[in-house]
Order: sequence, then C-alpha cells, then structure tokens
Amino acid sequence: MNIEEILRKRILVLDGAMGTMIQRHQLEEKDFRGERFMDHRYPLKGNNDILCLTRPDIIKDIHRQYFEAGADIAETNTFSGTRIAQADYHLEEVVYELNVQAARIAREVADEMTRKEPHKPRFVAGAMGPTNKTASLSPDVSNPGYRAITFDGLKEAFKEQARGLVDGGVDILLLETIIDTLNVKAALFAIEELFDEIGRTLPIMVSGTITDASGRTLSGQTTEAFLVSVSHVPLLSIGLNCALGAKALRPYLQVLNEHAPFFVSAYPNAGLPNEFGHYDQTPAEMGEQIKEFLDEGLVNVVGGCCGTTPEHIRVIAALAAKYKPREVPAHA
Amino acid sequence: MPEPTLKLSGLEAVEVTSASNFVNIGERTNVTGSARFLKLIKEDKFDEALEVALDQVRGGAQVIDVNMDEGMLDSEAAMVKFLNLMAAEPEIARVPVMVDSSKWNVIEAGLKCLQGKSIVNSISLKAGKEEFVRQAKLVRRYGAAAVVMAFDEQGQADTYQRRIDICKRAYDILVYEVHFPPQDIIFDPNIFPVATGIEEHRNYAIDFFRATKWIRENLPYAQVSGGVSNVSFSFRGNQLVREAMHSAFLYHAIRNGMTMGIVNPTMLAVYDEVPKDLLERVEDVLLNRRDDATERLLEFAETVKGSAKKKELDDEWRRQPVEDRITHSLVKGVIDYIDQDVEELRLKFDKPLQVIEGPLMAGMNVVGDLFGAGKMFLPQVVKSARVMKKAVAYLTPFLEEEKRRSGQVGKPAARILMATVKGDVHDIGKNIVGVVLACNNYEVVDLGVMVPSEKILEAAKREKVDIIGLSGLITPSLDEMVHVAKEMQHDKMSLPLLIGGATTSRIHTAVKIDPCYDGPVIHVLDASRSVPVASELISTETRGAIKERFKKEYAQLRLEHEGRRQEKSFISLEEARRNAVSIDWSGFEPTVPSFLGRREFLNYPLEEIRKYIDWTPFFQTWMLSGRFPEILKDEIVGAEATRLYDDAQKMLDTIVAGRKLQANAVIAFYPAQRTGPEDVTLYRDKERSVIMDTLHFLRQQNKKAAKLPNFSLADFIAPDQSGKTDYIGLFAVTTGIGLEKLIAPFKAQQDDYKEIMAKALADRLAEAFAECMHARVRTEWWGYASQEKLSTEQLISEEYVGIRPAPGYPACPDHTEKNTLFTLLAPEKNAGIQLTESYAMMPASAVSGYYFANPKAVYFGLGKITRDQVEDYAKRKGMTVGEVERWLAPVLAY
Repeated sequence: MNIEEILRKRILVLDGAMGTMIQRHQLEEKDFRGERFMDHRYPLKGNNDILCLTRPDIIKDIHRQYFEAGADIAETNTFSGTRIAQADYHLEEVVYELNVQAARIAREVADEMTRKEPHKPRFVAGAMGPTNKTASLSPDVSNPGYRAITFDGLKEAFKEQARGLVDGGVDILLLETIIDTLNVKAALFAIEELFDEIGRTLPIMVSGTITDASGRTLSGQTTEAFLVSVSHVPLLSIGLNCALGAKALRPYLQVLNEHAPFFVSAYPNAGLPNEFGHYDQTPAEMGEQIKEFLDEGLVNVVGGCCGTTPEHIRVIAALAAKYKPREVPAHA
Repeated sequence: MPEPTLKLSGLEAVEVTSASNFVNIGERTNVTGSARFLKLIKEDKFDEALEVALDQVRGGAQVIDVNMDEGMLDSEAAMVKFLNLMAAEPEIARVPVMVDSSKWNVIEAGLKCLQGKSIVNSISLKAGKEEFVRQAKLVRRYGAAAVVMAFDEQGQADTYQRRIDICKRAYDILVYEVHFPPQDIIFDPNIFPVATGIEEHRNYAIDFFRATKWIRENLPYAQVSGGVSNVSFSFRGNQLVREAMHSAFLYHAIRNGMTMGIVNPTMLAVYDEVPKDLLERVEDVLLNRRDDATERLLEFAETVKGSAKKKELDDEWRRQPVEDRITHSLVKGVIDYIDQDVEELRLKFDKPLQVIEGPLMAGMNVVGDLFGAGKMFLPQVVKSARVMKKAVAYLTPFLEEEKRRSGQVGKPAARILMATVKGDVHDIGKNIVGVVLACNNYEVVDLGVMVPSEKILEAAKREKVDIIGLSGLITPSLDEMVHVAKEMQHDKMSLPLLIGGATTSRIHTAVKIDPCYDGPVIHVLDASRSVPVASELISTETRGAIKERFKKEYAQLRLEHEGRRQEKSFISLEEARRNAVSIDWSGFEPTVPSFLGRREFLNYPLEEIRKYIDWTPFFQTWMLSGRFPEILKDEIVGAEATRLYDDAQKMLDTIVAGRKLQANAVIAFYPAQRTGPEDVTLYRDKERSVIMDTLHFLRQQNKKAAKLPNFSLADFIAPDQSGKTDYIGLFAVTTGIGLEKLIAPFKAQQDDYKEIMAKALADRLAEAFAECMHARVRTEWWGYASQEKLSTEQLISEEYVGIRPAPGYPACPDHTEKNTLFTLLAPEKNAGIQLTESYAMMPASAVSGYYFANPKAVYFGLGKITRDQVEDYAKRKGMTVGEVERWLAPVLAY
C-alpha cells in the first residue's frame, strides 16, 4: 500500500523535534566534529545536521524513539542541509553526502520497524528547511529592493539537497517551516527538474509557518494566498508547522481544510517558548489542543515541531488513532 | 464537483469565478503605454514609479500589469528592480502581478521575483509549437497563469476564423500535451483599431466578440482578456468618442464572455450615459452595421471637436426635460439656470420638499456615483455642491412656508458632526469632506476649528448627530483626538468616530485611538472614502458588521505593530552621537549676516511672493495628482486641472490687486555655537557675552548603512571647541491676515468652492513667502550665497545652499520648540502670528523655522527615536519624560 492510500484510511503521525532531543545529549564541540572534521577551521558546535556524519548513533536512536512512540513518518536530520545554510560552517562541500547519509540512517531504522510491525509501515520524509535567506524580502530595511539570495541560487541549493535525499532512499520530500513562499517555489522548481532528470517522482509535502498573530507568513501572505501560490505542483499534502503553537494554528488550518485539494498536515511547537527559550507545554496540554483539530476533522497528518519529544508524540499518536482523517475535496 | 476557477495571488488570494465581476487589470505601470511611467523609470525615480502602482491598487485594479519593454532600458534589470521594490510595499504587493513583456528572458526574470501566483503576458505560437510548449512548461513550473495571444507562425489572427483556429490549437496543445490547467489559460484574441477607413478592418471588433463567445463556449474554463484602448486608436485626441467606444466595446465583449481586461477606468464612459446618437454611431462601427458607419462616426467626431459646433451641442441640454436639466446642472456644476429650473419643478410638485428628495437628490446621487467610480474629480464635486446649495437656498422660504402651514417636519437626513480639534486651525481637508458628504445627502454640522472636546460632545448630543468626524493637521492634534475618544467613552457614548486629516493614519488610529473607545472608530483616508464608510455606519443593517470589521482590523494592526516594533533596528543615542555628521571646522569661515537680531517685514508685496508659488501641492489639496505644469496637459485630469488653475489665477489676481491678504514676516540672525551634541546656543553678539536662548534638536537613531551619518540639525552649526562663531537664522511668515474677511462673502453665499480656493491659495502664498524670504536671506541679508541664480523649478527642487527646516516637521518634529522661536521673534506683536496651546500657528497660512547656511546642511527625516534619547531630551528641555513622550508620540520607537 502506498502512502496516499494509507492517508485516505487513517491519520498519519509525523515525528517530533530533532533539536530538542539532540540537546538532551549535551554535546560538545568534539562530538560535532568527530574524527572526520577534527581539523576543520571553523567551530561546528550547533550544526545538528553534521551529526548524521559524525554521531549517526545518536540520530538513529532518536528516530527509533519516535517510531516506538507511534510515529509513522520520520523526518531526516537535514533541516539545514543546503549549501546556503551550511555556508555558516564552511561545509558547503559535504552537503550532498550529508543528505545521503541522513536518508540512509532514517531508512535503516524505518525498515527495521516495518519488519517488526508490517501492519504499520514506516516512512522517511527528507526534511528541507527554508534556508536562512529570503528571496522576496530584503534583510536591509533601508534598501528594500536588495536581495541576499536569488531564485536561481536557491534552486541549485535545493536541487543538490533533494538529490542527496532521494539517492539516500527517502519516501517523501518535505519542504518545511516555509517563511518565504518564493523560497519554496524555487525548491519546488528544483524538485520538478530533478524528477525530470531521474525519470521518477516522489510525493511532496509542503508546510508553511505563520509567524504572527495576523495569520500571515513572514513574507506577508495570507494562508489562502500561500496555498494558491504553491498549488501548481501536485502535492501530497499542504500544512503548517512550528511558530505559535497548536492553539494559534487552528484558524489557519480551517482555511486549508476549506480550500486545499491536497491532504492537510499540522505539526505545531509545544506551545510558545518561555523567557529562557524553552518549550514547556506538557504532552497532555498539547494533546488537548491537537484534539481540537481532530474533533473538527481538519487534518490528515499530525505531529510535533520545536519542543516536542517522544512523550508528546505518544499522546498525539494515541489520539490520532481514534479519529477519521479529513476528507480531501474532489480534485477540482 | 466545483468548476475549476482561475486563482491568483499576491499577498492575498484572488479568485476569478463566473460570479465575480470583470477583472480590471491596471495598465499604468507599463512603459509602452504610459509616457509618465517611462520617464520615471528612465530617470531612475522608482519611488515615484511605485506611487503609480499604488494609485492603481487604490483605484481598484485587481491585477497590476508591469511592462518594461523599451529600447533604451535594460528591461530585465528594470523589471527585477521594480518587482522587488513592489514586494516591499504591502498595499501594492497585495494584488497579483501580470508580468508583461515580448521578451522571454524578461518574463522569466520577473517570475523569479514573485512569491504569488502571477500571470505571464504573453506566450503564443508565434515562434512555432516547440518554443510555445517550452515556455508553457516553464510558466507552469514557475506557478503562473498565462495570457495566450491569438498569434501563430503566420502572424497575428485578424479574422474570426483565424482567431478561433489558433486559440483551439493552442488550447489543445496546452491542455492535452503540456497538461496546463485550462482555467489558467487566458486568451487574448487581439483587439485592433476599428474605423480606420481600411476595408479589412471593418469586422475587427465584431470578430473579437464572436471569437470571445466561441472560446467561452468551446474551450472549457479558459478566460478571455484584451487591451481595450486599442479599439479607439483612430480617435486619439477625441476623448468623448474614445470613451464612448471603450464603453460600448466592453459592454458587448463582456456580454460575449470577456472576463478580464486592461482598461483605464478613467477613460471609460458609462454605457447608459453615452448620448444615444453617438452610441448608435459607435455601435454601427463596432458591429459593422452600415457601409457608411466609419464616415458617420468621423462626422460626429468632427462636431464634438470644432468649437463653433460644440456650442450648439452645449446648449442642447436645455431642451431636455427639467429633471434631466437639473442632473446636468449638478453634474456639470452649471449654476446659471438652477433657480429657474428649480422654480419649474416646484410648480410641478405638490410640496417643495419633494423637489429636494426627488430630482435634486437623484441628481446628487449621480454625482456621488460618478465620484465614487473615479469618473468625477473633487473640484467638479465641489462645484456640484455649490449648485445644490443654491437650489436648496432657493427652496428654503417655500419649505418654511410649507412647514408653517402643515406643521410637519421633513424626514431628517443623517447628521454628521465635523470639527477640527482643539489647538488646531487647519480645515481645508475637513471642509472638503464636509462638501462631499453634503453631496451625498448627509447633513453636516460643522463646528469649525479649535473645538474643545466638551463642545464636541455637547453639540453631538444637542444636535442628535449620527456620526462624529474629527480632523487635524499638526501632530499634537493626534493626542487631542485620543482625548476626545476617551471623553466619548467616559460619557458612555456609542456614536461612530471618524478620524481624518493629514497627520492621521490608519496605524495611529488603530494603536492609539481605537483602544480608548468601544464604539466604532474608523480612519478615513480621503474625502472619497468618507461616503461609503458613513453610509455603512448609518444603515442599521451594516452598522454592526462594519464596526466589527474595523475593530478586528485594528486589533490585528496593533498586533502587527507590536511585532514590527521589535524588528526595526535602532542604535543607542551614544552610538548615534559617535556617528554624527563630521564637518571639518578648521577650514570653515562663517559668513557674517548683514544684521544681528530681529527685523520685521510688513505688507510685503504679494506680486513678488506670487512668483515663488509651487503649484503641485495646490493640486494635491484638490485631490488631483500630478506635477505642475505637466498636470495641465494630463490625459485624465488635465482639463479639470486647467480649469482649476484658471480659477486660481483669477482669484489670485483679485487678491494681489486688491491687497486682500497681508503678508508679514519676522526674521532674525544670531551668533550660535553647538554647545551639546544636539544643542545650539544663541548669543546676542559675536563676542558671545549674552546668551539669548538654546535650541534643542534631536538625532536620528535608526541603524545606518556604512558611511551614512545619524543626522541632527545641531551638526550643521560649528561647535564651541572649534573656536569659531557660527550663525543661525530664525523666521516666521504669514499671508493669512485678511483671509477671514476675504472668505466671509463666500461663506454667506455658501460657496464652498471659492472658500476652499481662497484658503488653499493663502496656504500656497505662505509657502511661497517663506521661499521668497529664504532666497533673499541667502543672497542679501545673510548673503552667504550672494551669487545664486536659480529658477523657480530649481527652488522647488531645493537646489539652493543651506536649509530652512520647520519645527513640527521631519527634521525636528517637536512642536514645542516653537516656544523658543516665538520668544525670540515675537511675531505675535511684530507680524500678527499667534501660537495655540497645541503650537499651531494662527492664521493657519503661516510658516516658521530656522535658517542653516552650512553647505553641508541637508534636509532629512528624524525617523523614530528610542527611550534613551527621550530621557536625555527631557533633561535638556526641563520637561518630564511623560511630557516629552506626549509631544513626540509619533516618533517614539517604543
């Protein structure tokens, strides 16, 4: 059974935060460097993605914990796996390899779990973050026409990342935490080019981020405008993640529920960060809020973003199992 | 299953359904169609070019066409630059963009800048199927819709058959081979000029209609669009005929299924209003109904062109029924016949009130509709109001008589109270809104200027008004409006509160006023918006909805504002001071003014001042946008602007000849030194033995790009450490003395047009006087630029050395500094200029400020400042932080 057929039958659960879980290990500079980057000239602490190459044991273990908590889909540890984001660490040259390895690690654990529980096949989604630059916004207030990155620059970077993820064996490509729709349009352009080159396609999930209470993305679009802007690609799902927490997401999920001809996903943060930058919404509290989406029949895929842990996913998975998935309106 | 529809997006989504109206595509941001836009782009004036886009969105364009195809331009670079700048303007970026170019590389470069779903204009089979398919696939991949021209390898389709053949072929390729969604295809089946005299062109329009109908019936979900103004190309210069042709063409095209188009809304007559004989001739041409259709239309066009025959046509309306004549008089602002026509109506109806409620209101409704649709301009509406008032004045004695006889009172119209708040004396904007509202059957209770809140509240209750409108021009008025809102809340009122005037803004209303009052609070951008807002507020059906809508919108704005405040980056005052303007004072030799201390100039010759008038803002007062003198020849507002200008010149002649206004000025020069980072101390003599006073300025705190300083006006004065004695000048001028007497007869005649005209001219004269005095200061009295020779244009574009900033304006926004200015100049007794408690000058037509002579001195805007500077400033001025915050509220970054 492919993922689309399963999605018509039940709600799938996406895993929780990678960063929060990595933090629990209190890793030092030497852990990030490993042997391979012992002599790298720039500090690497904080470059979570590089752990796929230097501490694959930790990443594998996190994937396993989430699968055991009930997740159907694991996201690869590649949120910053483009040459644009890796430029901060001067690691542009390992980007392809990093994505291949990240995909393989997750693939290994997913296949292991599927063998154990054949009735609940596990999937790997290749995570592609927004990069740290925006194509339709100027970083310089006094020079609004300036752009720190071009469409073509983004397209090439995303293509390299997607190629690594596909070669490493992911089932799905997941464009997440989108703050600028033009960035994701470049990513979609890159992916479609890649599909042309390799002669096959993978399902694509797109997940945007509403950054303020007015219900707009960072680049200023309403949820509906965002949907219209990416609907030229036959997506597996469209949804929202990160940002304001589950409660604040609801009105915008309602918009997607009403208009989207695709499956709808939601994986919010565990509430809002406190003054120390920590998320302290408990699994039970978050479950209460997720329950509201489910009661209203708004989603097909649900999971967690920043601050969530396997404990949160366990609660969410138990809840999701009790509900019917949202019905996708017939393709117009 | 729902029908697939064309969906587009900018920051917001747009859906074109069979139920939606005709989609109007803005066409003025197109260098091939607008000489003005081309000029702006060529001269790299992108800021002004953005205004063009903004005007279009505000004017109702639902999509903006952007075209940079011009031989002398780097079209690709211009497209990218303009689209990127547009993306930073939320009000423009709201709507989808149509990327318009005949060059594929320009289109592609444009698509790479747009986050929303745009429209490509255009692709076609012109270069063969292969290229067509390639481009279509890319359009799809960029996530855009496409205009497909009826154009193939053989050329542009110019017959019905060729149009449908090419469209069918293109549709089949796109839908079945490229898998392009049919709803994203917008056909342009070519609108060509008709009545060209060439036999082959006779069927151009009718073929377009038929092809449109065929496409809509046979090519499912596809849209049809086109550039409408092409059709009337043969009649360039004949606005009347062109407008009629556009209107008739659209009427038939839309009936045949055209869904969107590039239309200039201001070049469009109302179909029903096109004179019957003209319409018949136009339609004969469009529908090719007679062999001599072209000749007959040309003949008609001649009659409306030649002035001798025009007169005949002009008088023809007098032969219409009296109701039509009334409407004509109101729409055209003709006052000559109104008494006799109203008398005729009065005899016709039973009661005089029926004349007002019937034909007069019907006529004013036409005016209101035309104004709302952008087909009449403000000066015309003001003239309409004048006619209306005269008609009502004529009927008043009969109304009184009727009332006495029957004891009945007529149905009252909705009442709107209008006031310029306490401390402020500016009322041109308020009067314009009043006139426009009156035109739309509202009764306006105008309390005038400097109205304290108690009086507003008391009058609102006494007069039983339905809405309160507050106006103000200077920044302290913003606070006063907050105060009025609080008082209304305190009195548990629930009347709607409208906010307007030059310093007011949506964001200020949302953040400061709205939270103080539970009733509806709405910021009204300009006079034309006041009518729809007022009518929604009056109607019991919509009152709740509009209140809720605005309460919600403002709550959202407050949240956004909160968010944005944290984003903007500011530097500390200390850091800003380190980045002050650096001037090498060692080589500086200040020019010594020809006198020190004060000097008055009373009754300055107006004919001299008149030469310095900058007319562009005068037209802005009347809501006509464009630069003088080009505006007089503007395609759209040119005729009205010329009429207005002629009237202005006439009144100015009277004012100058009759010395109706008195121009007084006081100027002063003092030795000065910069004695603190932002303080300038003034001395009585150049030995600096006696301190006269100290001026306190502010410093920019926004983070600057490399090499740009954080300006303060104090930077332009030599510091005490330099050992040099510098100088500063002060001035206050007015041309408003005598204005009240001048407008008294206009008020008595209820002639708003002349009243507003007189006030607007007095304002222009005051600015001109300031300019004139500054020129003489530079060349004679201070003499630091004695060789200067500048034209009026150069003066307007500020090409002189030195500056004359005014307290309360961008470089030094603190109005309270006028205290110091007025202490030193004493213009109350020397020139007849007073200060109100909000530091507005009386008369309103007045300007005051400082003269800085340093060649490095430039105008700048302070921008926002942070708390550290406010605290420092409070200390320097001997005010509390709270007081400073109140006066500087609009520039606080926190």
